[in-house]
Amino acid sequence: MSDPAERSRHRAGRRSQVLDWLRTHPRDRLRTVLGAARPALTAIAAALTLGAGLIAAVGANPIEAYAALIDGALAGKGLHNLHATLNRAAMIAGAALAAGLALRAGRFNIGVEGQMVLGAVAAALTALHLPVSSPLVTIAAAIAAGMLAGGLWALLGEILEQRARVPLLIGTLLLNYPADSLASWLVGHPFRDRMSGMAATARLPSEIRIDTLGDTHLYIAVPAVALVAVLLSGFFQRTVWGYEARMTGLAPLFARASGLHQRRQALAVMFASGALAGLIGALAVVGEHHRYIDGMLTRPLYAWTGIMAVLLGGYGPGAAVAASLFFGGLHAGAAGMERAASVPREIARVVLASVILLVAARGQASTQRRRDRPPADPTPPTNPTPTAAATPSATPTSAAPASAATNSASEEEP
Amino acid sequence: MSQLLDATFVESIPRFVAPILLAAQGGALCHRAGVFNIALEGMMLCGAFAAVAVSYALGSALAGALAGALAGALVGAVFAAASVWKRGDPIVVSIALNLLASGVTVFALRSLFGVKGAFDDPGIAALPRFDIPLLADLPYLGPLFENQTILVWLTVPVTAAVWWLMFRHPLGLRLRGVGEHPEAARSLGVSVTGMRSGALLACGALCGLAGAQLAIGAVSLFVEDMTAGRGWIAVVAVLLAGGHPLAVAAVAVLFGAVDSLSVRVQGLGAPQQLTEALPYVVTLAALVLTGLGRARASRDRERPPP
Repeated sequence: MSDPAERSRHRAGRRSQVLDWLRTHPRDRLRTVLGAARPALTAIAAALTLGAGLIAAVGANPIEAYAALIDGALAGKGLHNLHATLNRAAMIAGAALAAGLALRAGRFNIGVEGQMVLGAVAAALTALHLPVSSPLVTIAAAIAAGMLAGGLWALLGEILEQRARVPLLIGTLLLNYPADSLASWLVGHPFRDRMSGMAATARLPSEIRIDTLGDTHLYIAVPAVALVAVLLSGFFQRTVWGYEARMTGLAPLFARASGLHQRRQALAVMFASGALAGLIGALAVVGEHHRYIDGMLTRPLYAWTGIMAVLLGGYGPGAAVAASLFFGGLHAGAAGMERAASVPREIARVVLASVILLVAARGQASTQRRRDRPPADPTPPTNPTPTAAATPSATPTSAAPASAATNSASEEEP
Repeated sequence: MSQLLDATFVESIPRFVAPILLAAQGGALCHRAGVFNIALEGMMLCGAFAAVAVSYALGSALAGALAGALAGALVGAVFAAASVWKRGDPIVVSIALNLLASGVTVFALRSLFGVKGAFDDPGIAALPRFDIPLLADLPYLGPLFENQTILVWLTVPVTAAVWWLMFRHPLGLRLRGVGEHPEAARSLGVSVTGMRSGALLACGALCGLAGAQLAIGAVSLFVEDMTAGRGWIAVVAVLLAGGHPLAVAAVAVLFGAVDSLSVRVQGLGAPQQLTEALPYVVTLAALVLTGLGRARASRDRERPPP
């Protein structure tokens, strides 16, 4: 995309698409959006039905329970519950955007959890121990430290794939465990706050905290994540780097043939993805809990829910945020349902996983956009066949022979 | 050192090896059938819960183990339905199933037994333990053969059976054919979906037994997310061994030994948070070392660009 004429032609093509979109009748526009969201909506309906069955099985009234869930997600005194939903959705969406950033470029980062946790710990320790008197500098340094920690941890996963052929999927996942353990140990032993009964750092001094917005209960993560979503969307649609990242995600062979340095791009993408995860962790410390508490990010499964959201929403920032709002509502509502109808809140996790399972079974959610990776790349030599068999519906042409070639090549490796 | 390697420690090794080995043999079946199954964790977790629930309800540990196998196979059936029959992305299906397993078990734990966190009750029957008569008298290695559950002993016939099935039985030939070249297998009249579904069911059952060994073999209680990543270690064992049952067994023994070592070191006063990371660090190190070796080998051969 170095040729300016080429670039402007590309931009013109996109603009006319936008014009077409605006010219269509609003009713048709709605129909298109609903058409795109239909598999997700039917899956949600089916999963909620399944959830109703489970609620009935534990002896509660499903209608009352779901009413309590909606109440717990949206209502409450002074919109308290809606704000709780938005706060949770922000954490989930942050993780979803981080995972989606990598996925769009064909990198499957499922180590978001470890990156968030390290980001949070790094931010908390920086905020507590940086010998600087200006609170603003301390906050900025804490957030930067969180982003750096998350980014480096993700980068480690990518380096392991490129240098030592550890499949990114497995490498990033396994890196979660040492990250969680390290964080637990840091706040459980050397940096533990002896005053509190739990494994946590000391509380941040009040001038290093970012308060809730105005007289709402919204944490700073909500506007921050919204801003990140807009920026990311602009990045992918409007910048050359974003275009190149999408190109690698959609057609890696083409991207390689057009002269893209894919290894360097993968490193940059993974660092950015991890840094975004670290940012979310840092914001949870500076803007929400005002300390790092062991398990505060892992127990609510923010990262995994975010990964599910991005798989459900199909990688785009907008869809990922929409899915995160739904999952955030489910999380917050389930807590209310537990109080009101004494149905265990884990029902939310069951419904959520069922939604993904149902959508995946329709061939909608897929990680396999990099089907035709060249064999010279560090493709995991593990099990290439399911890529060929898994999603024929999602790939129209030419992917199958290419991936067959990849298979035979990587099978030959000892 | 002598403190580290005493009889209690040696005796504990098989207890940790067995779950990883059983799950990894199931994973090897899927690997060879061309199913990318990283839902071993969820299958184990469901098996562990079902084993505890049935063992508690019926008072029979063997019924518990059987229920564990059935629960695991059920997860395998869901996997097959979503991924093999409906052609869903196996990675997405796996992640969803792992999440589903963790949600369903905690939900059931709270609604059936009304407890949060852990279910520990004297009513949960543990699997009986016994010795292998002659081997248990061996010096040094004797404790390996002492006081182990039937599921620990089962690892040997399971490994042998998987190897025999895979390399000495027509079914195994078809299984590998389906994995290596599904179109060719189909053209010879082998049902790809059938073989893959069968592999997933068997894998689920083995993972369920692995979960049962964790829950009513090594201990007799259920804790939320008690598999704690062991399913992922089994996945890595399959990858490292390339799906060969004997190599899988060897890698699983190594990882299981590290797992028990991490518990042992913790008993000697090392901080729990750091010892818990040990199995994963060793797993990653094993992946890195073999990967570096492979990278060097392929550089030396200087393959012409494809």
